Amino acid sequence: MRSAFKTRNIMLVFLASLFSIPLFVVLGSVLFPEKQIWAHLYDTVLFDYVGNSLSLVIGVGVISLLLGVIPAWLVTMYRFPLSKQLEWALLLPMAMPAYIIAYSYTGVLDVAGPIQTSLREIMDWQYRDYWFPEVRSLGGAITMLSLVLYPYIYLLARAAFIEQSVCVLEVSRTLGCNAVDAFRRVALPLARPAIMVGLSLVVMETLADYGTVQYFGVSVFTTGIFRTWFGLGNSLAAAQLSALLLVFVVMFLYLEKRSRRQARFHHTSSRYSALMQKQLHGGKALIALVLCAAPLTLGFIIPVMFLCDWALETYLVVLDKDFYLLLFHSLLLAFVTALLAMLLALFMAYSNRNDGSLINRFLVRFVSMGYAIPGTVIAVGVLIPFAWFDNTLDAFLRQHFNISSGLLISGTVITLIFAYLTRFLAVSINTVEAALVKIKPEMDEVAKIAGLRPVSILKRIHMPMMRGSLLTALLLVFIDVLKELPATLILRPFNFNTLAVRTYELANEERLADAAVPALAIVLAGIIPVIMISNSISRSRAGHE
Amino acid sequence: MKKIILILVLVLIQQTSFATEVNVYSARKEALIKPLLDQFTDKTGIEVNLVTGKADTLLKRLEIEGKNSPADLLLTVDVARLIRGKQSGLFQKINSELLEKTIPEYYRDNANEWFGLSLRSRVIVYAPDRVSVEELGSYKSLTDKKWKNRLCVRSSSNVYNQSLVAAMIANEGVEKTEQWAVGLVENFARKPKGGDRDQIKAVAVGVCDIALVNTYYLAGMLESSQKAQVAAAKKIKLFWPDQQGRGAHMNISGAGILKAAKHRQAAIQLLEFLVSDHAQQWYAKTNHEYSINPNIESSEILESWGEFKADKLSLGLLGEYNAEAVMLMDRAGWK
Repeated sequence: MRSAFKTRNIMLVFLASLFSIPLFVVLGSVLFPEKQIWAHLYDTVLFDYVGNSLSLVIGVGVISLLLGVIPAWLVTMYRFPLSKQLEWALLLPMAMPAYIIAYSYTGVLDVAGPIQTSLREIMDWQYRDYWFPEVRSLGGAITMLSLVLYPYIYLLARAAFIEQSVCVLEVSRTLGCNAVDAFRRVALPLARPAIMVGLSLVVMETLADYGTVQYFGVSVFTTGIFRTWFGLGNSLAAAQLSALLLVFVVMFLYLEKRSRRQARFHHTSSRYSALMQKQLHGGKALIALVLCAAPLTLGFIIPVMFLCDWALETYLVVLDKDFYLLLFHSLLLAFVTALLAMLLALFMAYSNRNDGSLINRFLVRFVSMGYAIPGTVIAVGVLIPFAWFDNTLDAFLRQHFNISSGLLISGTVITLIFAYLTRFLAVSINTVEAALVKIKPEMDEVAKIAGLRPVSILKRIHMPMMRGSLLTALLLVFIDVLKELPATLILRPFNFNTLAVRTYELANEERLADAAVPALAIVLAGIIPVIMISNSISRSRAGHE
Repeated sequence: MKKIILILVLVLIQQTSFATEVNVYSARKEALIKPLLDQFTDKTGIEVNLVTGKADTLLKRLEIEGKNSPADLLLTVDVARLIRGKQSGLFQKINSELLEKTIPEYYRDNANEWFGLSLRSRVIVYAPDRVSVEELGSYKSLTDKKWKNRLCVRSSSNVYNQSLVAAMIANEGVEKTEQWAVGLVENFARKPKGGDRDQIKAVAVGVCDIALVNTYYLAGMLESSQKAQVAAAKKIKLFWPDQQGRGAHMNISGAGILKAAKHRQAAIQLLEFLVSDHAQQWYAKTNHEYSINPNIESSEILESWGEFKADKLSLGLLGEYNAEAVMLMDRAGWK
């Protein structure tokens, strides 16, 4: 027992450290200060970066919360036209990569796009005669990112609402709360840990986004990182900017944790009666429908329509045998990574839950930071240690055995999957932990008293309760990998492309119409897991069969 | 689970090596180089393995991989990155009579570590209904007060703008160039956004009256399958800047053979193929780039723009001023 614990502990430290290496590489850059560059950045653009990044994060955070939490509450508690369909459909924008939604909206709403062009023709206006919202702006970036990121909050909020005991809500009603109060004062605080997990994923993803902000010409931290790297040719200072970004994220997570330090959110009742969904009529039903349909329409239906329109022009040329290979590569990478990420997360979350020392806790927190670092920076953090290992091994073998191993792991899919894991472990760890938090420690104790060994506790008590969350963890990472671009671009082996790479290359050449088919393939491949997630959550309510 | 592992292993093994092969890291997009590489394979039997990506990340990968890097050749779409590769000591010197004969010396490295493979120019485009040709002149005259709120250009994060400014630093010095950049920013019709095609569309629509763009973007729009792009491109005209002075600013796509190369001979063969008449015509036809070899005829669209005077500044200088150019644009407030 004792030695099993010890082995597990060593394993945890080993794994968490292993996947933290790229982050340490990023942080390590701070040891070599680039004074001149920093003085220049400080004098000219640094405050722009900080200010814009803050506005972007706050904007995306607030809008995603609104778009995520309100529909989650409505579809859980009420029935109105299409509410059953909206339940799962609201997750669909998750399958849409941010850069693709940005490309498609720009193509249509831009000053030279079809809408403004017909507007000018019909009304006989000139460019300066009218006002039209500018897509390519900070506001546009906030809108685009919110539209594809809100599902993270929706997903977790809805799962939390579904799992809440009806008793609590009923008690609140007998104590004189109206429907709005019950939501604001009871359901929302109870769901807060879950919503906050969603929000922190949204915030981190926003900070790491490069494609959208770069395309929209918004100077934020990520654009600054790449400008410093590509423009000034200084990758060290770029890594230091990333380190600064990490500090921001740590601060945010710390504040969030601290603000709910006192509160503990376990299920307080074991009684789960069926949720009574209230039927809405007339105006109220219409309002609910609009509130829920809006994010779906804007974040999914409309951009998919644009994409389909373009795809119809080009699919004959684009769909060749290469294309199926792309699809296969994308799915394979996504599946393998998702599976590994879930297993790792399960292991880490458990080791911590039972007797996590401070160091273990810290390491698991730390390894989750990867989500906030732009993929390109992570990729470099992966390349350095892997190439070092390969080159050291090669030198050793040459010296002692006169054989050369060359680059053994670098430039293979192993590096790529490692980078994905570093970047996306946060998603699976957070999801698994959020599920574990809800299982009362008393349950374990009772089970122990009843003589169950830890493995059996896991199998017979936790697994049935967490099945939904584990599937969610699996599928979230699956979708994230499917969409991932920058790390794939740098780390992939020869002659190895994915859907995301193909989409980017075509869209970047401003061949949007040709990019539409691979883009749609990403979205379609992401839809299936999205629907699976939704189903598993609907069924996750205890007592539901 | 076993099946998955099997598939994974198969994918890994897939990178079997051929007897004769050449490994290419390319900043040129797959669609704009793969067909040519395939032709090379057909002709010589040498297999070409390709990874595409952004130039700086490829450079970083090469740097980190070190002497065991599998790459033989690096292709880029601008000169600044070639020089960065040289400065990082990634390239080796290549002695090829054919390359030296075909490529003018100002379009290749003075130590023959990198070579230009195709040419593009950064030119002025204008709306003929609002601007008359007589009003246009050199890059310098774009700071003239009459262009206030009438000029569009993309972000200073773009390497072609960086190279343009670096060329000006090389020709005029930092101080004058900075004054120029400040004046240019004052004339911006809008905050820089989008790519070069977006600037062309903006002129066509009337957001601005003149813009700075690369030649092949305009040509690409004229040949686009999308009617809106063709229509926009037809509304504007191309102007060759600075014909009374140094000439239009030029940039290259190019390549260098890496020190780590394991297939040096095949890589040289590929380079020589890329400057062959056949390949040069392909560049012109497929992506409307000017040939590096002055004797090759270009595409119909390129011909229609007529002869022009190109700035013969040795491109090797541009890379040296690139960081300086970026800092200068930061100071000038060029977003």
